[in-house]
Amino acid sequence: MNIHRPHRLRRLFALLFATALVAAACGSDGDSGATATSECGTDTSVAMGDSVTDLTFALVAPSAKDDLAFTQSMVDSLTRLGIEPQITDGTFIVEEAAAAIRGYAEEGVDVVIAHGTQYGGSLAEIAPDFPDTSFIWGTATDTQGLDNVFAYYPEADQGGYVNGWIAAEMTDGAAMGVVGPVEAGDAVAYVNGFIAGATANGAPAPSVVYTGSFSDVALATETAQAHVDNGAQVLTGTSQSTVGAVNVAAANDIPWFGTQSNQEAWSTDLVVASQVYHWDVVLDDMIESIEGGTLGGEAMAITLQNGGLVIEINGCYGLDDSVVDGAEGIIAEIIDGTIDPT
Amino acid sequence: MSDFFTLTVLVGTLASGIRTAMPYLLAALGETVGQRSGVLNLGVDGVMLLGAFGGYYTVLQTENHWLGVLVGLAIGLGMGLVYALVTIVFHAEQGISGIGIFLFGLGFSDLLFQELVGTPRPIKPLPKVEIPLLADIPHLGPAFFQHNLLTYVAFALVPLTTWMLMKTTFGMNVRAVGENPQAADSLGVSVAQTRMGAILFGNTMAGLAGAGLSLQLAIFQHNLTNGLGFIAVALVYFGAWRPRWVLAGALLYGMVTATRLRWQSLDIIPRGASDVAAMAPAIITILALVLLASRVRGPAALTKPFSRH
Repeated sequence: MNIHRPHRLRRLFALLFATALVAAACGSDGDSGATATSECGTDTSVAMGDSVTDLTFALVAPSAKDDLAFTQSMVDSLTRLGIEPQITDGTFIVEEAAAAIRGYAEEGVDVVIAHGTQYGGSLAEIAPDFPDTSFIWGTATDTQGLDNVFAYYPEADQGGYVNGWIAAEMTDGAAMGVVGPVEAGDAVAYVNGFIAGATANGAPAPSVVYTGSFSDVALATETAQAHVDNGAQVLTGTSQSTVGAVNVAAANDIPWFGTQSNQEAWSTDLVVASQVYHWDVVLDDMIESIEGGTLGGEAMAITLQNGGLVIEINGCYGLDDSVVDGAEGIIAEIIDGTIDPT
Repeated sequence: MSDFFTLTVLVGTLASGIRTAMPYLLAALGETVGQRSGVLNLGVDGVMLLGAFGGYYTVLQTENHWLGVLVGLAIGLGMGLVYALVTIVFHAEQGISGIGIFLFGLGFSDLLFQELVGTPRPIKPLPKVEIPLLADIPHLGPAFFQHNLLTYVAFALVPLTTWMLMKTTFGMNVRAVGENPQAADSLGVSVAQTRMGAILFGNTMAGLAGAGLSLQLAIFQHNLTNGLGFIAVALVYFGAWRPRWVLAGALLYGMVTATRLRWQSLDIIPRGASDVAAMAPAIITILALVLLASRVRGPAALTKPFSRH
């Protein structure tokens, strides 16, 4: 996998740093497989699939490619499709991401994935300059009217609902805490779904705190601690910042529900279940369209129905079979439309 | 609101505020000494990031927290030597040099993390140290006397730094070269050596603050500090270059942060106002800064390189 990170730029920056300072001195669907229960101790990493296309891909993403969250969900999805993209990760700074997106388009990469809602403004400027390049952007529910942009988004409230329902089964009316980043995008959908699922199963409404940051680990940590001090018996959260919150859960022996990627790797007996994004479901459709000459113009969702969302239950946690069966029933009802998690 | 005024929640909020203030306080105390000598360091955040990664990675490999702390200190010292070389030997413009140090720290810490660790892997947090007898005081004990050792160190350094600045020869020299380096030089004080000492102290504290942050959170990831070092620099201004007021600023910031998180968790702040709430610590600190800044004069030679020629 050819990885171009801003780290490379930063590495260059680091090497040039001394010189610069001296200079400064001088110059002063259907069968969704919507649940999966892992065997305890099995490797949850994703194996490279058979390649589905000859198109070349590049991925620009805000956090690290192996963040066990948002960015890793896309890397894992591409891996399942046998695609080895060039990667620029860690681009929380939008200008850096824009430079990388434009750079890949200028290089002649066939498909450039801009994996971050915040890149939409940049994409609106860049995409019209490269009409022969297909851009894939998410999470977003529209393509901004651009013919060479596909958009993707998760109906994250579905998995949130399932996680909330399971959490309510485990807590018997006790408090639950949610560590949210910014009240937007799939984060708010997941959180709202979690609340809906928990309350539908008889639990009191979980306490929700949005820290205001996708990346502030310290704030997420203190938020989780506040929930624990308030008596929370279950914690969940979304975004890259939740690594600190997971530590609080571990320190207090409180079960954690994950989303975006399978988060069992953090702790084998802490994570109960994770809603995992399988972007490959919609990427496959997009690739087919691109190869057929349609470079964009459509927004696609991953759902429990189409298999893009999968609830992965941690076999090491030891969840009661009755709860697993109940969760599968809930998933079936979401899939057939009996339950509307929104 | 009544939910907030329960002893359990109040104790938790106080403890959270103190915990949150620790890295700000360590970094800001170091920067206070640096600025009192006339040297502004906008690279505090970068040094913190390097110290944070160094401390985290050391503990990840050795499970020895104190070795991690030592590595954080050493990294800060090393970066202090670099910054001293740049600003004192080469007379580089301090603002630009500091930003360079920040960018270096941001990029290099992330590079090291990606190459050596990759996926975030938790470590054991710094253990809590319960102060004998005091920790057993109902309510006050859990709030004030059940923290990790670095938190106590940070608070103990406030009077020590004051004493150093006001009572020692080095401290008097620091203040002298920060106000009028020409006059200090004419009296035989080595401006370069004094400023170098202040820079080394400041950067070592920044490295310690970074290590303290990552060991307290028990994790490292890209840009862990999230701008904390810049807030520490602002707290020096807020604190009018006096350690006890820097302490007040760090505590104010920590307590406002802890309070808004508790209020949000108790639904005292409605969810729709979460974005506004997130800005509260910065807004309150800036307001205080604006009110104070007009009344207090900083070191006269701050940011001004000194040359005998």
